Amino acid sequence: MNNTENHHHNIDHRKVIQDAIVRRSYKRKIVNRVFTGVTIVCVMLAMIPLGSILFEVVKNGISAISIEFLTQPQGSIIRGGGGVGPAIQGTLLTVGYASLIGVPIGILAGVYLSEYAGNSKFAYTVRFFNSVMTGMPSIVIGIVGYIVLVITIGSFNITAGAVALSIIMIPIVVAVTEETLKLVPNSVREAAHSLGIPKWKVTLFITLRSAKNGVLTGIVLAVSRVAGETAPLIMTILGTSLFFQGFISPVDALPLRIWRFASQPYEHAHSFGWGAALVLIIMILSLSVLLRFLVLERGFKQGSLVKM
Amino acid sequence: MSWMSSKEYTNTISYKLSSLSDTKRHGYKVSVKNLNSWFGSKQALKDINFDVKENTVTALIGPSGCGKTTLIRCLNRMNEMTSSAIVKGSVYLDDIDIYASNVDPVIIKRRMGMVFQKPNPFPTMSIYDNVAAGLKLNGIRNKALIREIVEESLKGSVLWDEVKDELGRPGLSLSGGQQQRLCIARALAMQPEVLLMDEPTSALDPIASAKIEELMNELRKELTVIIVTHNMQQAARVSDYTAFMYLGELVEYGPTKQIFENPQKELTERYISGKFG
Repeated sequence: MNNTENHHHNIDHRKVIQDAIVRRSYKRKIVNRVFTGVTIVCVMLAMIPLGSILFEVVKNGISAISIEFLTQPQGSIIRGGGGVGPAIQGTLLTVGYASLIGVPIGILAGVYLSEYAGNSKFAYTVRFFNSVMTGMPSIVIGIVGYIVLVITIGSFNITAGAVALSIIMIPIVVAVTEETLKLVPNSVREAAHSLGIPKWKVTLFITLRSAKNGVLTGIVLAVSRVAGETAPLIMTILGTSLFFQGFISPVDALPLRIWRFASQPYEHAHSFGWGAALVLIIMILSLSVLLRFLVLERGFKQGSLVKM
Repeated sequence: MSWMSSKEYTNTISYKLSSLSDTKRHGYKVSVKNLNSWFGSKQALKDINFDVKENTVTALIGPSGCGKTTLIRCLNRMNEMTSSAIVKGSVYLDDIDIYASNVDPVIIKRRMGMVFQKPNPFPTMSIYDNVAAGLKLNGIRNKALIREIVEESLKGSVLWDEVKDELGRPGLSLSGGQQQRLCIARALAMQPEVLLMDEPTSALDPIASAKIEELMNELRKELTVIIVTHNMQQAARVSDYTAFMYLGELVEYGPTKQIFENPQKELTERYISGKFG
């Protein structure tokens, strides 16, 4: 093919393509608008449940909230009064205890998978079971807690609840930690190794520190998830109207209290149920807001690598 | 500039080193003997031999894929970070074979600093912490000493005047050239005897590159520099010795002036004059 032919060839192609572009431009504009419209409708559909839940909970729950409600144990079942103090205390204790168990195990297991295991068969198996565990029904985990730590100890107790919740937390923390660590560029690890820093210190103080924000996000995700769990708590801490009585007694929790209030036939109990739901939502929301504040504000200033 | 500025630092570090002895193999700082390397089944280095004198700058040049980066990464056992890499042969640092079975690669890396192709400051750390990290994580606790070494190292990499008032800023907020000098300061803080630089200016603009080249002239007085470069003019400007590599082999090695003005091998001559590569 000589140069002239080649030239004509190109001009013909250009004409065909330009004609097609002009012909389709009207249709393209319409399709563009329709597509944008559909995405907006879907956003609205997704927001309706969230908005209406928040609206209903605030509307019905706000009237129940008072200092007494937040600090006192439940009053008479028939006449009402008192509050959900033990449930708030119990949720903080149980979830805190669960985090003490679940967060270190989750982070270190995630570190192992990302930094040490490579693509070994063992690592593949661990990853597989970890993702199976993420979808495990929480009532099953409650039954495990009941058999292993309630029957053996002889009483419903906070440790059984915390262990059950930590079993729910661990797979979430493991997965998020591994994923975030994999986002840290290898050049950062190499730089640290080139300074003669031993591998365990590189992993803990350089790599994990670079992935700090992502790991924190995973922890908050896991904490928020278990703070609202009810089923495993029925089988492990049972619920009580008393404040914390010790490590071998039942403990209360907000989701349990909401469930009990809702199943009582009294108007004041229903109002307390809404109030308890509002308290739980506020606790979880403020944790997320605190995280965003810490991660986005400080993370930005420190030039952090993995942003939310 | 005194690299062993404090007795305490020297004491803390030196008991960890297997040897700080002055007996050098044939008087060379670094000696490479019959070095071969593979990635999987592909051979990347073929029987490399050369010796590097103390307080010199040695440039490794050659076309892309010739093995120069693999070679420099073999000199401080950094290549072991790549799981498929295999090495046979010896590299001597003074009189120690760094591949001997009783040598801890962590200690070799403390003695041989490395600067990478792309600036890679630690992302969540301030300028100060970037330079101090190696000291702190190697167990140096004396804050005044760390401060002194951080200042000395930043002066050593000619970054001090630009950052001295904002050492708390994130390392990543600096420009590319400044980040690279930060990485050099970070390596210098460990008081290395050898500094390995893997195309340290390839991601930088000409002005930032010129600063790093000037810096190499200063560094030569304190330590031994080995640099990989794509840029032949750079090799000619900064180095005392040049090694030309091609397809995993060391084709020619000698004084830079000789390599550039009177190469002994035809292949070298053709590469230097830009006929291929």
